[in-house]
Amino acid sequence: MSVATAEPRPRQHAARRPAGSTLTGTGTMIRFILRRDRVRLPIWIGAIVLSVVGSLPTFTETYPTAADRQARADLLDNPATVALTGPGYGTDGDDYTFGAMTANELLLWVAIAMALMSILLMVRHTRAEEETGRTELLRAGVLGRHAGTTAAFTVVAGANLLIGLLLGLLMPGALDELSMSSSLLFGAAVASVGLVFTGVGALAAQVTEHARAATGIGAAALGVAFALRAIGDVGAEALSWLSPIGWAQRTKVYVDDRWWPLLISAALTALLMAAAYATTSRRDVGAGLVQPRPGSPRAGKDLASPLGLAVRLQRGGLLGWGVGLLVFGIAYGSLAPSIEEFVSDNSTLQDFLGDAGSLIDGFMAMVMMMMALLAAAYGLSSMLRLRGEETSGRAEPVLATAVSRTRLAASHLTVALGGSLVLMLAGGLGLGVMAAITLEDGGMVGKMLGAAVAHLVGIWLVVAIVVALFGWAPQLVALGWVVLTYGVVVGVLGGFFQFPDWVTKISPFHAASSLPGGDLGTVAVVIMGVLAVALIWIGLLGFRRRDLTTT
Amino acid sequence: MTPAIDVAGVVKTFGTVRALDGLDLRVSTGEVHGFLGPNGAGKSTTIRVLLGLLRADSGTVRLLGGDPWGDAVALHRRLAYVPGDVNLWPNLSGGEAIDLLGRLRGGLDEKRREDLLERFDLDPTKKGRTYSKGNRQKVALVAALASDVELLILDEPTSGLDPLMEAVFNEVIDEWKDDGKTVLLSSHILTEVEKLCDRVSIIRTGRIVESGTLAELRHLTRTAIAAETTRPVTGLDGLPGVHDLVTEGDRVRFSVDTAQLDGAVRHLSGFGIQTLTSQPPTLEELFLRHYGDELAAAEVGASS
Repeated sequence: MSVATAEPRPRQHAARRPAGSTLTGTGTMIRFILRRDRVRLPIWIGAIVLSVVGSLPTFTETYPTAADRQARADLLDNPATVALTGPGYGTDGDDYTFGAMTANELLLWVAIAMALMSILLMVRHTRAEEETGRTELLRAGVLGRHAGTTAAFTVVAGANLLIGLLLGLLMPGALDELSMSSSLLFGAAVASVGLVFTGVGALAAQVTEHARAATGIGAAALGVAFALRAIGDVGAEALSWLSPIGWAQRTKVYVDDRWWPLLISAALTALLMAAAYATTSRRDVGAGLVQPRPGSPRAGKDLASPLGLAVRLQRGGLLGWGVGLLVFGIAYGSLAPSIEEFVSDNSTLQDFLGDAGSLIDGFMAMVMMMMALLAAAYGLSSMLRLRGEETSGRAEPVLATAVSRTRLAASHLTVALGGSLVLMLAGGLGLGVMAAITLEDGGMVGKMLGAAVAHLVGIWLVVAIVVALFGWAPQLVALGWVVLTYGVVVGVLGGFFQFPDWVTKISPFHAASSLPGGDLGTVAVVIMGVLAVALIWIGLLGFRRRDLTTT
Repeated sequence: MTPAIDVAGVVKTFGTVRALDGLDLRVSTGEVHGFLGPNGAGKSTTIRVLLGLLRADSGTVRLLGGDPWGDAVALHRRLAYVPGDVNLWPNLSGGEAIDLLGRLRGGLDEKRREDLLERFDLDPTKKGRTYSKGNRQKVALVAALASDVELLILDEPTSGLDPLMEAVFNEVIDEWKDDGKTVLLSSHILTEVEKLCDRVSIIRTGRIVESGTLAELRHLTRTAIAAETTRPVTGLDGLPGVHDLVTEGDRVRFSVDTAQLDGAVRHLSGFGIQTLTSQPPTLEELFLRHYGDELAAAEVGASS
C-alpha cells in the first residue's frame, strides 16, 4: 500500500470557490427589501419627518410670548400630565424655550411612532416572510442563515437613523430657536427608541411562528416601556430607567443635551440582535421557539358557524389586548393618589381648581381617550381580519358552503364591535377599581365604566368606516389606520397644538373626550351612531355585490 | 332533466384581461365531467363564477337549476367544493376544519368522515400550517366527500396527492358516480380525466374549444398504425384521412383520422397483413393539438 496516496488532499474546486458565511447574500436582500418597500418606507419616513418639521412653525403662533410659554410649562408640572407625556425639563425659571417645549411635548409621540414603524417593518421582513414560506425558497438559494435578519435590521435601523438625521438637519430650519446640535440629539433620541424596538421586533419574530403574534409581542413590549416610564416619571424614577423611552427623555435634549443615555439603548439593541441571531442559529426555518401542539381531532360545538369561526380565530388576540388594557387601566389608576397629593400640597392650585377632583377627572378623561384609541386600533385590526381571510383564500371554501357574504362579514364585525366593548370595559374596570381603592372613592368604578361605554360609538364608527371600505374599495381598507391616526393626533396632542375647533370636533373620539367629569356630546354621538349604521349597511351591501378577490 | 350546470356565453373580465370569453359549459346530472385546460385558461375563474364568488359580466349561468349569484346559499347546501390551492386556518386542526366546513354546509356523514380519514390516511389532529400541500388538499377533500350533496366541484384536486392517494381518490369518485351524483373535475392530468370522466370539455383562453364524450372526442383524433405486409403497400396516400405516411419496403407507418380508420385497414388487408399495431388516440394528443402552438409560444392566458 502506498503511503503517498493515503494523504487526503483538499479538492481544488472547493478551495477556489468563496466559502460563504451566514451573512452571504445580505447585500442582495437589502436591495430586495428596499425594492419591496419602495413606497412604504418613504411614507413612514416622510410622514414622521414632515409631521414633526411641519408642526414646528405653529409653535410661535400658538405660544407667541414668554408668558404664554410659561403658562404651558406650568400646566406640564403636575403628575397627571407627567404620567401621560413624561417629565417636563426646563420648566422652572422664567424662560421656557421652544426647544424644551419640543422635547417635552413631542419626543414621546415621535418615539412611539418610530417604535411602531420598527416593529411592523421588522416583523414584515422576517417572520411574515417565513410564515408564507417565501423564506424557504430564498434560503434554498445561496443565502446565509443570518442574511435575512441582518438585511431587515440594516434597512429598518437605516430608516430610523435617516429619520433622526433628517430631523436634526431640518428642525432648526423650521424653528429658528432650535440649534442644530440639540436637534441632532433629538433625532438620535427618537431613533434610539426605534432601534431598540427594531431589536425587539427581530427577537419577537424568532419566538413565534406567526407574524401577527410577533407584532403583538412587540406592541406589548412597547406598552410595557410606556407604562414603566409613566409610573417611573410620576414617582419611582428607577422604573423610568428601565424603559427605552425613559432613556430618550433623559437626554434632557434642548435643556442639558446629554448624549450618554443613548448608549444604554445602543447596548440593548445589540443585546436583542445577538439574542435574535443566537435563536436563528438554533431553530428550524419556519419554526418558532414555541412548538405547535396537536389540536383536537373533532371541532367543538361552538365551531359550527361563521361567528364561531371568527371568535375562534380572534379570541387569542382579544385576550392579549384585554389583559393589556386591564393592566394599562390598573397602572394609571394607581397614579390617582399622586395627583390628589399634588393638589393638596399646592395651595395656589387648590384655590384655582377648588379641589383635586377636577384635575383627577381631567387625568382620567385623558387615560380614557387613550384607551378608546387603543380599543379602536383593536377594532380596526379585528375588522381587517376579514380582508385577510379573503385575500388568503380561506374565505372561499367558507363562502362555497351555505354561508352568505353578509353572514361571513357580520361574524367578523360582531367580533370587532363586541371585542372593542370588552376592551373598554376591561380598561375602564382596571382604571376605576384601582382609582376607587387608592382614592377610597367607590363611585370611581361606575364613573369610569360609564366613560368607557360612552366612547364606544366613536370606536364603532372607525370600524364602520373599514366595513364601508371593505365593501366598495377593498384594496383601500388600510385607510382605516389614517382615521385612527387622525384621532390620535387630535386627541392626544390637541391640548398642545390648540387646533381649530372643527379639526378637533370631527374626530370620532371627541364627543366623549371630556368624560368623566364633563358632558357627553349627545348630538355628536347620535350623528356618529347613525353614520356608523349607515356605513356598515353600505359596506355589507357592497360586499354582496362585488367579486371575491384572492391573491 | 335540467342539467346540473348550464353556462352560456359567459364573459368575465379583470381590468383589461378577458378571463372568460363567451364560455359555454353543460354538465348533465349524474355525469362526471372533465374540465381540461392548461394553467391560466380560465378553469378556476369558471368555477368561481359557478360558486357565485365572482359575478359574470354577461351570459347566463345556471347551477342545479338556480342562479349561483343570487341563490348562492341555497345552492351551496347541495354542493361541495375543493379549491385548487387549499389554505387552512393556522390555529385550527385538520379535523376541526373538516367539521367546520361540513357543519357550515349543513352536516357531515359521520361514518363517511371516519372512513375517508382512514382511506386518505389523514391525521386530523395536526394544525393547519403543519400539513403538507397534499395533506391540506386531503382535508378539503374529506370535508367535501363526507357531505351528502348532489354536486361535487373539484378544482385540480389531485395536484398534491401521491399516486397511492390518487388511486384512493379515483375509487371514491367512482363510488360517487355509482350513486348517480354529478362531478365537475377540473384538471390538467389527462390520464385522470380519461379514467374518471364520462364527458370532457376543453377550455382555452376563456373559451370551450371541444366538448363531448370521450368516444366523440376520440373521433376527432388520429389512430397511429404500423403494419408489415407480404407485398409493399401502394395507393394508401390516395385515401382520405391518412397522414404522415412512411413506407419502407414491406413496412408501413401512418396515422389516420379515427373516422377513416375502417377504410384504411380495409385497404391494408388487400396486401396481406403480417403484423399490425394500432395506437389508440389519447386525450393528450387532442390536448396537444389544441395547445401545441400555445405551448410553443408560451402564451400567457388569463389568470386562473
